[in-house]
Amino acid sequence: MSDISTAFVLAFQLIATLDGELVDIVGRSLFVSLTAMVAAAAIGLPLGAVIAVYRFPGRRLVIVALNSLMGLPPVFVGLMVYLLLSRAGPLGVLGLLFTPAAMVIAQTVLIMPIIAALSRDAMRDLYEEYREQLCSLGAQPHHAVLTLLWDGRLRLVTVVMAGFGRAIAEVGAVFIVGGNIAYVTRVMTTTIALEASKGNLALALALGLILVLLAVGVNGVAAMFGGVTSYRRA
Amino acid sequence: MFALGTKAVAVAFSVLVLGIDGPTLAEQRYITLASTTSTENSGLFRQILPVYTAGSGVEVRVVAVGTGQAIRLAANGDADVLLVHHRASEERFVAEGFGVKRQAVMHNDFVLVGPRHDPAGVADSKSAGAALTRIAETRSLFASRGDDSGTHMAELSLWRSIEIHPGEASGTWYQEMGAGMGATLNAAVAMGAYTLVDRATWSSFANKKSLNILVEQDPALNNQYAVILVNPERHPHVKATLGRSFIEWLLSPAGQAAIAAFRIDGEQVFFPNPD
Repeated sequence: MSDISTAFVLAFQLIATLDGELVDIVGRSLFVSLTAMVAAAAIGLPLGAVIAVYRFPGRRLVIVALNSLMGLPPVFVGLMVYLLLSRAGPLGVLGLLFTPAAMVIAQTVLIMPIIAALSRDAMRDLYEEYREQLCSLGAQPHHAVLTLLWDGRLRLVTVVMAGFGRAIAEVGAVFIVGGNIAYVTRVMTTTIALEASKGNLALALALGLILVLLAVGVNGVAAMFGGVTSYRRA
Repeated sequence: MFALGTKAVAVAFSVLVLGIDGPTLAEQRYITLASTTSTENSGLFRQILPVYTAGSGVEVRVVAVGTGQAIRLAANGDADVLLVHHRASEERFVAEGFGVKRQAVMHNDFVLVGPRHDPAGVADSKSAGAALTRIAETRSLFASRGDDSGTHMAELSLWRSIEIHPGEASGTWYQEMGAGMGATLNAAVAMGAYTLVDRATWSSFANKKSLNILVEQDPALNNQYAVILVNPERHPHVKATLGRSFIEWLLSPAGQAAIAAFRIDGEQVFFPNPD
C-alpha cells in the first residue's frame, strides 16, 4: 500500500520538476509510437477500406488473417524484426538494430493489422449504408474507398487510437529491437520494466501513472480533433 | 526486387528517423557494448562510462541482458564489445572465432539470499554446496533464474558440484523463473524463496523486504567478469579500433581505478582484477 501512495507522490514530483531524463524518455516514447501509428495508419486504413469494398477471391481468408494478427505477441514481432535487422540477418547492413528506427518498424508491424482489421469493420457498416447511393451515382470502387475513408474519419480516429494505445503500452518488441539503451532507445515501458527489476517498485508505478496520463493526453487531442470535425459536419 | 524494395523502405525509414534525431547521426563515435544486467542495473556503468566518454569522446551504448543472450547478440555481430560473467561460455565464444581475446576485468561474488526466518536452516552452512543440499533436502522454495544467464549457469554448476538435479523438481520447490535477476528477486520476496544473486545487484536492489544474505564468502561463489572484442574478421562492421581502445581503458590503471571507486551505500561491489 505504501508503494502505491508513494508512486502518486513520485509521479507528481517527476512531472512538477520536469525531470530531464523523464522528458527525454517521454519524448522518445511519443516519437516512436506516434511515428509507428502514422506509418501503420497509412497502410492499414486504405487496406481496411479496400477489403471492405472490393470483392476478390480469398477475401475471407485475408479478413480472418488480419483479425488473428490483432493478437500478435509483441515479443514475437520483436524477435522477427530482430532477426531481420541483426547484422547476421538479411537487413543487417542497414545498421538499424538498437535504434529508434528499429522500434518504429516493430511497432508498425505490431499495430498495422489492428488498424486494418478494425477499419475494415468500421468501413463495412458504412459501406452498407452508402452502397445504393454510391451505385446510383455510378461511383467506381476506388471512389467508394475514398468516400468511405473520408466520411468514416470520426470512427477511424478511434481505430487509429486503438493502434497507438497498443504501441505505446507494449514492452516486448521495443525491448528486443531497441535494447533499452539509456538516452538512445529507452522508452516509458522499458524504463518501467527496468525500474521494477531494480526493486524500485514505487518509481516503476509512478512511471506507469505518467504513461496513463500520456495516453489520456494523446486521446484527448484526438477527441478534440474529432469533436471539431463533427461540429463542422453538424 | 522485393528485397530491394524492402531495403529502400528501411533506408527511407532510417533517414526519416535518424534525420530527425540529427545530433546522434553527427556523433557516430559510439560503440555498442553487450553486457549483463548486474553491471548496468547496479549503476556501475552509469558511473564509469561517462569517465571514459569524457576522455575519449566515444559514447558507449549498453545493451544489458543476461550473459547467454549477450553472447548470442555478440555472435550475431550486433555488439562491438562483450562484457559478461561466465568463463566457460566466454572461452567457447573466443574458441569459435566470434571473439578476439578474453580478458578478465573485475570480479565480485555471489551470495545466497533467503527469507529471514530461514526455513531450511542454511544460515550456519559452511559452504554454498552444503546450503543448497539443505534446501533440496527440506524441499524449501528456491527461485532459479532459469534464463541461461551467468548467474543461472553459476547456480547450475553449484548444483552439479553436489550432484543434485533440481530440474527434476522443477515446478515444485525448485521454481525456474525464466526472468532477469531483478524480477527473480521480486518473485523470491513475494514467495519467500531462496535465490542466488551477485553482490552488486543485491546491494543495489531496493525491494529486499524479508530477504537477507544467508551464505557468502565461499570460494565457489566467486564471480568473474571478462571483456572480449567481437572479432572484426567475422563481422567486418565491428568498430574494432574504438572497441579496442575501450577495452584498453577498462584494463588500464585509470579504468581499474574507476571500477574500484564505484560504491553502493559506501560498499565496494566490484573489484578490479590484480593482473
